[in-house]
Amino acid sequence: MNARARAEFEILKDKERCIDCGLCERQCSNGVYKREDGRWFIADEKCVNCQRCVEMCPTGALKVIPNRNAPRGDGNWSVRAVREIYKQAETGGVLLSSMGNPSDMPTYFDRIAINASQVTNPSIDPLREPMETRVYLGAKDHEIKRDSSGRLITENRGLRLEVPILFSAMSYGSISYNAHAVLARAAQELGTYYNTGEGGLHRDFYKYGASTIVQVASGRFGVHKDYLEAGAAIEIKMGQGAKPGIGGHLPGKKIVGDIAATRMIPQGSDAISPAPHHDIYSIEDLRQLVDSLKEATEYKKPVFVKVAAVHNIAAIASGIARSGADVIVLDGWRGGTGAAPTRIRDNVGIPIELALAGVDSRLRAEGIRDRVSLIAGGSIRNSADVVKAIALGADAVYIGTAALIAMGCHMCRNCHSGKCNWGIATQDPALVSRLDVNAGVRRLIGLITAWKHEIEEMMGGMGINAIEALRGNRLMLRGLGLNSRELDILGIMHAGE
Amino acid sequence: MEIYAKGMESRHLNEIIRSCKDKNIIVRGVNGQRFIACGLDGKDITAYGTIGNGAGAYMLGGVLRVEGSAQDAAGDTMNGGEIYVGGRCGDATGYAMRGGEIYVKEDVGYRAGVHMKQYGEHRPVIVVGGTAGCFLGEYLAGGVIAVLNLKNEKCPVGEDMARGMHGGRIYVRGKVSVPLPVSVTASKARREDMELIRPQIEKFCKAFRADEREIYSEEFTLLQPAAGNPYNRLYVNN
Amino acid sequence: MESRYYEGKVRIPSGCAISGFINRDGRLSDGSAIIKSIATMHDRSNGLGGGFAGYGIYPEYKDYYAIHMFYRDTLIKKQVEEFLDEHFDIINLSKIPVRKTPKIVDEPLIWRYFVKPLPTKLAESQLDEDEFVSRCAFRINTFMDGAYVFSCGKNMGAFKAVGYPEDVGEFYRLDEYAAYSWIAHGRYPTNTPGWWGGAHPFCLLDFAVVHNGEISSYDANRRNIEMYGYKCNLQTDTEVITYIFDYLVRKRGLTLQEACKVIAAPFWEQIDRMPAQEREQAEYLRRIYSGLLVTGPFSVILGYTGGLLAINDRLKLRGMVVAEKGNTTYIASEECAIRVIAPVLDKIYSPKGGEVVIAEVGR
Repeated sequence: MNARARAEFEILKDKERCIDCGLCERQCSNGVYKREDGRWFIADEKCVNCQRCVEMCPTGALKVIPNRNAPRGDGNWSVRAVREIYKQAETGGVLLSSMGNPSDMPTYFDRIAINASQVTNPSIDPLREPMETRVYLGAKDHEIKRDSSGRLITENRGLRLEVPILFSAMSYGSISYNAHAVLARAAQELGTYYNTGEGGLHRDFYKYGASTIVQVASGRFGVHKDYLEAGAAIEIKMGQGAKPGIGGHLPGKKIVGDIAATRMIPQGSDAISPAPHHDIYSIEDLRQLVDSLKEATEYKKPVFVKVAAVHNIAAIASGIARSGADVIVLDGWRGGTGAAPTRIRDNVGIPIELALAGVDSRLRAEGIRDRVSLIAGGSIRNSADVVKAIALGADAVYIGTAALIAMGCHMCRNCHSGKCNWGIATQDPALVSRLDVNAGVRRLIGLITAWKHEIEEMMGGMGINAIEALRGNRLMLRGLGLNSRELDILGIMHAGE
Repeated sequence: MEIYAKGMESRHLNEIIRSCKDKNIIVRGVNGQRFIACGLDGKDITAYGTIGNGAGAYMLGGVLRVEGSAQDAAGDTMNGGEIYVGGRCGDATGYAMRGGEIYVKEDVGYRAGVHMKQYGEHRPVIVVGGTAGCFLGEYLAGGVIAVLNLKNEKCPVGEDMARGMHGGRIYVRGKVSVPLPVSVTASKARREDMELIRPQIEKFCKAFRADEREIYSEEFTLLQPAAGNPYNRLYVNN
Repeated sequence: MESRYYEGKVRIPSGCAISGFINRDGRLSDGSAIIKSIATMHDRSNGLGGGFAGYGIYPEYKDYYAIHMFYRDTLIKKQVEEFLDEHFDIINLSKIPVRKTPKIVDEPLIWRYFVKPLPTKLAESQLDEDEFVSRCAFRINTFMDGAYVFSCGKNMGAFKAVGYPEDVGEFYRLDEYAAYSWIAHGRYPTNTPGWWGGAHPFCLLDFAVVHNGEISSYDANRRNIEMYGYKCNLQTDTEVITYIFDYLVRKRGLTLQEACKVIAAPFWEQIDRMPAQEREQAEYLRRIYSGLLVTGPFSVILGYTGGLLAINDRLKLRGMVVAEKGNTTYIASEECAIRVIAPVLDKIYSPKGGEVVIAEVGR
């Protein structure tokens, strides 16, 4: 009874411009457009505003705008809140959403200002003077050992990144073959890494193994010895910022063809990853999984442990640092997802800025920060976020959503529908083919190259020419409009101090 | 090759086993050393004592015989090969295993066979001579679990078994008197069902000198997932 | 000024002048030459800090730690002396002799103690002598407000004050000390220091550091080094550089050369071009001590028993010249500071960015 009010968008079609070519109908996987007996029928309520039709229309005849016929809403009852009640009342279903938490809760990155040098020390010209963004991930607190000739024994090489940005875990299944191809190739060319997510590694992509981090989640999909050995590092997924404490579930209808083969499960079989690993109920069990993965790969692969930023994250990270892990990945509550219950996504967890600062401070207070590297994710939106995250204490950052946008995602937030019109979050071969891999690689490299330049500009302004001298350098940050408790947790002073 | 492992660190012991060229390896004096036979293929290892956590994890092939007990997470994410445990096993036996076979003479702890799955020619098997703890076969997606209850306990399985089971088969000798989830159906195992596990029961009997006739003397209950996807109507698009 | 602006509460960037020389034959020189040298660069200081360190100045007590103290008042002095008495065998104590001058005012109580750790206390602590002494110094500097250990090495000592360096040298009567090596510093802080502790050199055990320039990596370095038992009480660059040297050399067992490859690491581009073995070593040091890379402009002279080390930041953003005449090696921010005490030189050059200069007695 509320179909019209439920529609989030309305579609305006300019009759003057429309040439009845029907391209919009063919392009829309959601079935919004239908032409019958020479007349156009437009189902606004099916539109997700992915902008595909708008972009493709040869005459620019289409516009998608927010539905003016919205329920009334007020300062307390937002239009969104009313619409959600309609949906749940009609279906009895749990609200399911995609992409990161969109609420207007504070984003601390936006309230932090970066420093620059004036007079007392010089800024450095990043275009003409050396400026270093190379990072090594892994434990750093080795005992100095020498061979008989007195030379340092240089074991344990760590993971080398030319730029402190990695592509975060997105499984094959949640995103398409072409999207994975883009991530793998771009990572290789940029000297960084992409992450398989928990859906295994497609045979075609083993050749990018040196640029790959293979993930092991509770479902252990596609996990076998070759897989563990294929990557440059192994990531244990304990949690995800978008849905801390919640597992994953790729429905059987999406387990088709190569997806099934890559996950090593039969076609049509549900792929369930419960929130806990049922062999890890306590921190000492995590140590056991870390050790067993190291044992299986003969201690040659660094092991990452990824956790969602939750209230007690500092103590949790301290436990992980003592579990033999080489890298801790902190995923903030704005982190993206291919599907998460809306209420979980928007209410559970804490912002990455606070989690990162809290963890870095805690590990330093305990004197164990050099035992691990820290990667922050969820959500890093631009190069300034990268600089702020590193100055708060991260060694590097993970980006997921930003990488997808670079390859053509229009943020319609409907990944879970599997009907992605841009060929990213879909397994429909016709839709997947819309993502041109070469163009995607070019664009993703473009994005990271641009960010790298910007990071260098900001570093140069601060008089810093190596990214490690920025790491944890919180004097380079000042808060704006934050209360003293927030400043205290972030470990920064207020602007003007 | 024969190794005396008493007091040896896990990593050191495993390095010796890994680098050993012999196919047959005997390890004596094991007590708690972890990850024995982890990721190995083509070896025949016999370990005496109590073998530590994660034995045979990611194992690809070959045989691991334990003359004693195994602790937690034996055969974790195992892919192939055989593990024989002459005593009992701790929790999470065969977690997420995709292939290979685990035979346990006595009991297994909680959460055995959780998340087992099958794929192609990989069909994992767990045969338990005694009883199994709660949550047996949780999220079971494929493969076979058999609980033989040779001590003839009243109910050889614990509560909450087969939760989220959506593939595979669980055989229990005797009756299952614990509640089962609606997504699972229980029935008397028919002759053709029993045929499917006959080779494994033979192997079990051979390994542990059990009496095959006694095993078949009682009827088995067979658990299978009900048709249809129980999660279909759980969510609404937002 | 409000106390919240005192040194140690806020971070005070400063520019500076540095100078030093070492007689490699072990010959002793009195303090007048080093005063003359640093005075030449008067305009690089602003009267808010000057200081010196001399090595070989206490031959009669060479096996004892010479602890130089500033006290705010007699009350805290009493407290610290009780602490020292509890932990050390004090074989000599006295005021450090000074020559009153109107250019140096507001002096704290300045005392000197020659000490050895009490064997019982040392055994109880399970530490070696150096670590024991350094921990005691940190205890005093962190927890005893109004007391400050500004020097605690053997057969060496630092002398520092608020004022121009030449006046500071005069005040401490450095012409009455004889050392085989001297280093000096004239300070140009951009804020009023609270008290004398902020002047250079900055010392820990027998390391003394004078430094010119403001480092941009300060907080990254501070937060890293504080994990290993150091406390940066003064929030100055020099303090953190001293601790980094102490940590890498004394605690981790790196050579001075290797420590410099951490502090002023070669650029990755340079490392990538090195021959394999050398590359591996350089990469290793840079990778595992990445938190101790110092960026931003600096020129540093590090004094230690029997030697001087000089190093510039890797971009060489500060001036520094090194010269030799006979058995003496000179290092200074400006050439004039050397020429004024050694007009004719055998050799003079500017080291490259990140290049380590080491001059030692007997070499």
